[in-house]
This record gives sequence, structure tokens and C-alpha cells, in this order.
Amino acid sequence: MIAALVAPLVRLLAGVHVQQDLAIPEQVRIYIANHSSHLDFVVIWAVLPPALRVRCRPVAAADYWSRGLVRKRLATDLFRAVLVPREDISRQNNPLDLMISALGNNQDLILFPEGTRSADGTVHPFRPGLFHLVRRFPAAEILPVNLENLSRILPKGEFLPVPILGRVTFGSPMTPLGKDETKAAFLERCRKGVEALGSPV
Amino acid sequence: MTIDRNLLILFGGVIVALSLATVITALIRRSQTDSPVLENLSQRVNAWWAMVAVFGVSLALGRNGVFLFYAGLSFLALREFITLTPTPRGDHRTLAWIFFAILPVHFLFAWAPWYSMFLIFIPVYAFVLIPIRSALAGDTRNFLERTAKLQWGVLTCVYFLSYLPMMLYLPIEGYEGQNAKLLFFVVLVTQASDILQYIFGKLWGRTPIAPGVSPGKTREGLIYGGLAAAGVGTALWWATPFPPLPAAGMSLLLVLVGFLGGLVMSAVKRSLNAKDWGRGIPGHGGVLDRLDSLLFSAPVFFHVTGYYFATDMYATYAQPAWFELILQPWKLIW
Repeated sequence: MIAALVAPLVRLLAGVHVQQDLAIPEQVRIYIANHSSHLDFVVIWAVLPPALRVRCRPVAAADYWSRGLVRKRLATDLFRAVLVPREDISRQNNPLDLMISALGNNQDLILFPEGTRSADGTVHPFRPGLFHLVRRFPAAEILPVNLENLSRILPKGEFLPVPILGRVTFGSPMTPLGKDETKAAFLERCRKGVEALGSPV
Repeated sequence: MTIDRNLLILFGGVIVALSLATVITALIRRSQTDSPVLENLSQRVNAWWAMVAVFGVSLALGRNGVFLFYAGLSFLALREFITLTPTPRGDHRTLAWIFFAILPVHFLFAWAPWYSMFLIFIPVYAFVLIPIRSALAGDTRNFLERTAKLQWGVLTCVYFLSYLPMMLYLPIEGYEGQNAKLLFFVVLVTQASDILQYIFGKLWGRTPIAPGVSPGKTREGLIYGGLAAAGVGTALWWATPFPPLPAAGMSLLLVLVGFLGGLVMSAVKRSLNAKDWGRGIPGHGGVLDRLDSLLFSAPVFFHVTGYYFATDMYATYAQPAWFELILQPWKLIW
């Protein structure tokens, strides 16, 4: 209910449109995108066609999104985020298990493999979590997404968004992880896949 | 503002012209194989229907509707301008001031109306505030360029554009309550000039005027299209406060300044490495791609019309009494 109101509002603010032609895959999907603003997952969530929006869950840092009542309610109730720990990772406290169980429940994930927001607009090297996730759940389709200008709408450390026009570009699914492909090669291939969708600088 | 018969006739004329364009486009598309140019043509015609509908509704809503409509357009135009203008993080707070304070406050003064504040709010107060806010943010890289870009965006997309709704306030003797037609006239002649220059340019255009800036603008297109648009304007003299000959002169002024305004905005666009200002209007590009020629023609037309009829905007729309009370609140007590 609330989602049906919030999504158009977000699209209006960020100047982006619903991606009507986005294919609905049979298998689960992992959206991988560059990260520069708190708006990032909200905007991807808002431009997805409703059929895809209901089955996607952003992966967000538990230490940030569990703080404060409003933030927590937003993250868990509205966006149904998979809140993962960034610190004290152990066998019992493993972010991968949470993601795998979401994928196992036929839920798509929105993942920002850079791990943190980039301040300079470039796409930073991807963290190894994506590689381990794909190795443990090879059936998932990996779809690169490029986000532009969102860091200008709401930069790191600011609270008031400015109505600049953002852009969301969805790519075609990545070729699955090769048998002999190394971790570094795979992560770099994914990073390039996201980066290549952006406007040339 | 009441809607008079002549205004309805103007609207009727536009709807007939658009219907003709729709039929012709459909006929051409049936007789020829599809090409990107034809696809674009029919997109453009469809978008014109939507634009005329919104423009018409705003006029029908009267003064408040018109000012709200142009404040909205101003917002969309400025948004496109700022999106293409690279602004670093140091400008974030300045941008918030521009979008959420300067733009609405300017349109409030325009709507009120308080004429001298409408005239100076942006050139004085906004232009003082913008560099101050950016300097306080502490980023000095390209400071002058950044400030100039923001100021230019506010000047064109907010200040110049707001002259269009101000047409409603020109106190012309014997034309009271009919100013909506003046606004209609300015928009119609400028847009007709754009369209006719485009058509005549496509048909007979040979000599580009400024190929580096805008390869589509040709001397033949300007002369034939511009004359045709001036002819349209002259034929509509009965809807304006002007007699036929001055109406012809004012139409030529709109054509010429509109053309040059479009050229300047194209140059700005090129310098920002873009082909279109945005993707807001299918077939046309962004909102600014449609408004560019009006940005320059509106303020010039407004003032020249003011001189012609020797209007006294200052006296008609003087400082409102409540403002004195804000500056000297003790007068409330004494």
C-alpha cells in the first residue's frame, strides 16, 4: 500500500521512469549496482515494475539501518531489506547465509558490491562477497545496474535531496561464473559490466 | 481574467492547425516507409497536443493557474539545466537554496505582484546569496565558473521565464482583462517561428548560419520560416493591443530574438557536451529544448510592449503595505 505511494514519489524526485521492458526471469536475480548515495537502493526499488518490486530485497548494512526507530522501520517494513552485519563476521554471524536464504525463498537481491558509497563517482573494486555468493548459489542471474547522478541528488552526509535528474540503466545478464575463472577476474568483470553502462566521462 | 471570445478563436485556430498536422503526418507515414525522421515527426505532433492541452488548462484556471504552471515549468527547466551542469558537492546547499527558496520566492513576488521586487529579486538578492552560500561551503575549485553557471541557470530558467506570466499584468489602456491573449500571442508566434523555421529549413535549407552551434539552423529556414511566423503574428493583430503594422513589428521582434535565444541556448548546450537538454518531452528532448527561444523573446517583448504603451508598472504594482510592516514592526505598536 505505502509502497504504491512512495515509489512514484521517489521516481518524481529522482527524475527516473519505471523500466517497463525489464524481463521477468524464471530464476532468482541479483542486481549489482554502483553505490554513491543512500538513495541508490530506493531508486532501483522504485523503478522496478511492480511484479519485480515485490520480490526484490536490498542488501543493506545492519549497523547503519538498525539504528533509530524510523530507519529500522523503513528498512524492514517498507523495503524489506536483508540487513547484514559488516563487523564481527563469524560462522554464526555470516552475511552470506542471510542472502542465500533470501535467494532460496525466491527473493531477488539488490547488492552494492563496492561495500560502501563511493565519493568520487568512479566504480570502486568489488568486495569478494559477490564471488562467494555466486559460487554458493550459481542458479541466480546477475544483472548489472548503473546509477548516475544520485550522489548529486543526495550526497554523502547531506539530508536534503536536491531535484536533479538521475538515471538508472539496466544491462543484460552477466555470463555466469566460469569454471576456471578466478575470484579477481570475476569481480573485475562484474565491476566493468556495471561501469560500462554509465555515460562516458 | 475572463475567457473572451477572441481567446477561444485563437485556441480553435491552434487546434485546427494541430489536427491538420496530425492528418498530414498520418498520410505521409502511410505513403512512405518508416524512418526515424517520420517517427520523430509523429512523436513531436503528439507531444504538441499534450503541451497545448496543459497550456490551455493553465490559462483557463486564470491568474493563479498561469503562475503555478510557469513556476512548474521553471522548476523543470532549471532541473534540466543543473543536471547537465556539473556541480560538485560544495554546491549542494546552494542548489537547495536555489530550488526551494529562490525559485518559489521569486514567483511569489511575481504573482503578488510587486513589480520592483520582481525585477531585482534575482539580479540583486539571489545573485548575492548564491556565491555567499557556495563560499561558506568552502570549495574554491573553479569557484567563478561554478557561480557563473548557477547564476546563468537561475537567470534564464527562472527570471527570464517568469516574464511570460507577467504579461498578464501589463496595464494597457483599453486592453484590461484581455492580457491572456497577449501571453498566447507571444507563445504562439515564438513557437510557430520555431516550427516553421524547422519545416522550411528541412525543405529548402542550404546555408547553415552557425554550423558549429546548431547545424539545423539555416539562413533559408530563418528567412522563410521567420517571415511566415511574422505573417501569422500580423494576421492575429486583432487579438493583441497593437494595430496591424506594430503587430507585424512585434512579431518580427519575437522571431528574431527567439531565433537568437535558441542559438545561444544551443551554444550553452554544446558547451555542456549535450545534444538535448533532457528526455522529458518525447520527440522534442527536454523542456528546455522547447522553451529555449521563449527565454529570450519573453523579457524583450514584455519591456518593448511596456515602452510602446508607456505603461507604469512601478506605480500600478508598488510595494505592498505589509512589507513596510515587516521592515518597521514597531509601527504596529506605536
